This record gives sequence, C-alpha cells and structure tokens, in this order.
Amino acid sequence: MKPGTKLKSVVCDTEVMVIRGGDAVVECGGAPMAEERPAERKAVAPAFADGTKIGKRYVDAAGTLELLCVKPGKGSLSMGGVALVLKEAKPLPSSD
Amino acid sequence: MNISLFLQMAADAEPDRIGLVCGGRRWSYSALIGAARGAAHGISKSGCQHVALLDEGSEAAAIALFGAAIAGIPYVPLNYRLADADLAALLKRIAPAYIVGDVDRIARLNPEGAHAARTRMAFIAEAEAAAGSTHPEEPGDGIAVQIFTSGTTAAPKAALLRHSNLVAYILGAVEFGSALPTEAALVSVPPYHIAGIAALLSSVYAMRKILLLPSFDPDAWLALAASERATSAFVVPTMLARIIARLDAGASADLSALQAVAYGGGRMPLELIQRALDLFPNTSFTNAYGLTETSSTIALLGPEEHRAAHRSKDPDVRGRLASVGRVLPSVEIEIRDEQGRALPRGERGEIYVRGDQVSGEYRERKALDSEGWFPTRDAGWLDSEGYLFLGGRTDDVIVRGAENISPGEIEDVLVSHPAIAEAAAVGIPSAEWGEAVGIAVVARSDEAVPEADELRALIKNRLRSSRVPERILFLKALPYNEMGKLLRREIRNLFKN
Repeated sequence: MKPGTKLKSVVCDTEVMVIRGGDAVVECGGAPMAEERPAERKAVAPAFADGTKIGKRYVDAAGTLELLCVKPGKGSLSMGGVALVLKEAKPLPSSD
Repeated sequence: MNISLFLQMAADAEPDRIGLVCGGRRWSYSALIGAARGAAHGISKSGCQHVALLDEGSEAAAIALFGAAIAGIPYVPLNYRLADADLAALLKRIAPAYIVGDVDRIARLNPEGAHAARTRMAFIAEAEAAAGSTHPEEPGDGIAVQIFTSGTTAAPKAALLRHSNLVAYILGAVEFGSALPTEAALVSVPPYHIAGIAALLSSVYAMRKILLLPSFDPDAWLALAASERATSAFVVPTMLARIIARLDAGASADLSALQAVAYGGGRMPLELIQRALDLFPNTSFTNAYGLTETSSTIALLGPEEHRAAHRSKDPDVRGRLASVGRVLPSVEIEIRDEQGRALPRGERGEIYVRGDQVSGEYRERKALDSEGWFPTRDAGWLDSEGYLFLGGRTDDVIVRGAENISPGEIEDVLVSHPAIAEAAAVGIPSAEWGEAVGIAVVARSDEAVPEADELRALIKNRLRSSRVPERILFLKALPYNEMGKLLRREIRNLFKN
C-alpha cells in the first residue's frame, strides 16, 4: 500500500489514509478494508466494534503500519486480527 | 495524498463551525469546502496549468489554495508588491494561468499570456455558485504549491511543494481538531509567503478559526485582535516591533485573549523579544525557523524555553533566546563544512536538513543530495543541547584572503555594544584581500554615536584582526524587506557609492 492510499471499511463509515504501510491486510470491524465500498455492508464483528475517531492515527505494535482516520465509523481497526492502537501524539506548540 | 483532505475532514467533523473570518464575513468549514469545490470546477474548465493569486490575503487565498488542490493544479501565490518588470517575468513563466486578483495589472503586464483572470469578488461568487460540484481525487503526488523565491542573487527560483511534503509537515506538527471552539488565530502574513500557506493549513487541520487581516497594519492588527478575541497570532519580527511601538505610543487594545504569539521569517532582535516577554508576561512565545523549500517550520523554540532563557542567570541558557530552538522530531539536521562533512556541535557550517516535509525541489532542478539532504544555504551551529543558532546566508559569507568570515559573528559582537541598535557586515571589494569587511551600524537614538575606532577595537578584542572592518557606515536604519529580511545587497551598494 502506497502512502496516500485510501481504504474504506466494508462494515461502517470508517475511511483511513495510509501514512506508512507494507503489504499488510488492514481490517475494520473484523473485515478486510477495500479501496471501494461494497454495495452491501457486512456486519461489525463484536470484537472490533470500539469505533474509529477522525483525525486519530493508528499504528501496529511494530510500527510498520500507520493509518490516519479521515472518516469515523463504528468498527475498529486491526491488522491480521490484531487490534491497532492509537498513536500518542506529542503536542508541539503552534508555530504558524 | 492531497491537502484538500484537511478541509474535507474539518467540514465532515463540524460543518457549521466557523473556520475563517475576513472583512466581517464568517465562513463555516462546509461553506469553505463548498467554495473550494466550486473553484476547482472553474479551474478545471479553464484548462490552465497554474492557479495564481495576485492579491492581498482574503478568503479567496484559502479557496484558491484548496480549490487548486482539488483540481490537481499547482497553486502559485504571487507577490503583488513586485515591480512591474519582475512580475511580468513571473506571469510569463506560469502562462496560461487561472489568476485571481488584479485583472487590470495582469492584462497590462502580460497581455499575450492568455490568462483566465478574475477579480477576487468574481472568483468568490463563481466558486460559491458552483459549490455543489464534485471532482474525483487526483491520483499520485502532484505539486500543491509553487512559490517563487525572493531572488536576491539571481532570477527567482520556482520552489515546488508536493502534497506529500505539506501533508507530512501538518501531520507532524498539528493534531487534528485540537483547537477549542474559542481559539482564533490572527493571520497577517502575506499569502505569497510560505508562512501564509502554513497558517491556513495548520489552522484548518487544528480547526482553529482563522482571522485574516488582508494587509498588515499595526492599528488594524490590534483592532482585529481585540474585536475577535484572537488567542494566537503569527508575526514577523518587524510586525511585532510595529505593534509594540503603537502600544508604547499609547494605542490601547484589549489583548486579554491573546495566549500565544509565534514569530519567524526573519532575524528577531534580542532586545525586541526581551521587551515582548516583559510586556506580555502571560503570553506564550514560539520562534519558528523554516524555509519555503522545507514546507515552513523545521525548528522551533517553544514557550517554556523562552521563559526559561529569559529568567536564567546562566549565560548559555540566556543565550538560547537568540536561537531558533531545536528541530522538529520529524526532521533531521546536520551542520556541514564546505566539503560536505558533518561538523561536531559548536562548530559553524551550513545547515542541512532531511525529512518528508523537505522538498528541496525547484521547477528547474532538485537540490537534494543522493541521501535526501537539503542544503539550506543558511549558516548555523548547534549548541551542546541541540539548540540551533543561525549565522546568516552562506552566500553572504565574506571571503577575505583565504579566510571565510560569517557576517553573523561580527554582527553579534557589534550589537553587544550599548550604543549600537543594529549592525550588518558585508563583503566589500578589496584590492589586497579580494574582499574585506564593511559594516553598517545604526546607533540607538538615546545614545551618542560611537567612534569608528572604538568599534574596530571591540571587534579586534572579541574576535581577531581579520574581522576588523575596513570601512564603517553609520546609518539611520538598515534596509529590510516587508518580511523583515535584511537586504544585504542594498548595503553592499551603499559601499559602492
């Protein structure tokens, strides 16, 4: 996945932009995300139903993958069944 | 990637929140994204290859910036203060362009350019009328912004910033939606400056309301800051000096909401920032250092560091007030010698930077080395804690005999003299040395003008004899451009006469 690629959830409104990522399959709500949204939504898996927040960045533990949530939804993100975690941002003073 | 994503996200998150105030008109994020989409429609239809702005700052700058991004066409804000001949040359380089602003001047200066020109009012009206337009996202990583450098030594270079550069800068520096609804940023830098672009992008992504002042004037600045309760502002040092001068002259304005002031774009006189820290004891000051080619800020000195330096008795810590702080976590820095070898801390050399926000790309050539490092042409050094001190442009280095002399080291010594307000050192032609040192100094109004020999002795004692100026000019003021940049070329010219 090239940086800038947009992925859409097949279970909810979630949309993410890839900031950093290899060939990993990213899931939302337990189902693989796709570049196009399907005609019919699948169900959100209960284990991945914590939701996504707009503007938050999500990473895997190894730091190989980083996604920016650009549209929020009900599903939560995972890679190979392992939940992604929120990236803690160190706030910088505004310089402009 | 596309910078229009930032405005899209803000409009999705809170469509009705006010994102921009200009000339009394208030724009919600949904109104802004609508106008940007409408502008993109008109831009695409024109078939032009550039979108230019020849105007003061206004909502049209934001709509054109994001509209161009949606249309996938580079946005080229032009300096309307340029002389006719210089502006005509730039108009030719971007023809045919979709241009917003001074239509009469465009027609007069570049009639054969086939530009699609519109006044600000017409552009905004058309953009709003087509607000329902949709546009597929442009694939790839195109050029978001093209800025002509000020061209002090040669013809202006067209610096290119790709969407990925600007997105990297914003994601590295700003947290989405982090601004409180009460926050408002006063933006008074010209739209053709990288700081003007960065201010729009940062505030939209933080969802901080932008208060746009079309053209800087200290009284208008104070009035807008008070009436809209600005919580933050970006200024260049000359703006800050003029604001303080108005306050000193008795101008009154309610600045009680103003929590943060960021500054950059030119050298901040130490005395001015010390004065500002005393005058606004509860305001956070941030010094930002960056270049057009680095998508704005690459290093900053934060509020805590300002206060710590200001109250410290340790001369090293105090001295950091004259630094530009430390590089952002997402940027790497090296100080290198003329052979390109990295120098240890404490040694002066040329500043090289690397990072996703660093473009280093011009229309004509790419300036990055094979490992992605960008030579800034700025001289500087890092102290033991990694604080970056600037020493002027490397192009301004004075070469006397075989010795390289940085103007900054001489200027720092000169302004330490109690009677000297400002100083500039330049190379002047010398039959004996090739170049010799010439200095132009401005004495404080309340002090007697020092003797030339006294200044020579000061430099000889503090530095060494090669730094001693051959000629000294006493001036009423040093020449600066509107962004507070010292015009060394003009000082060199003074020595010719």
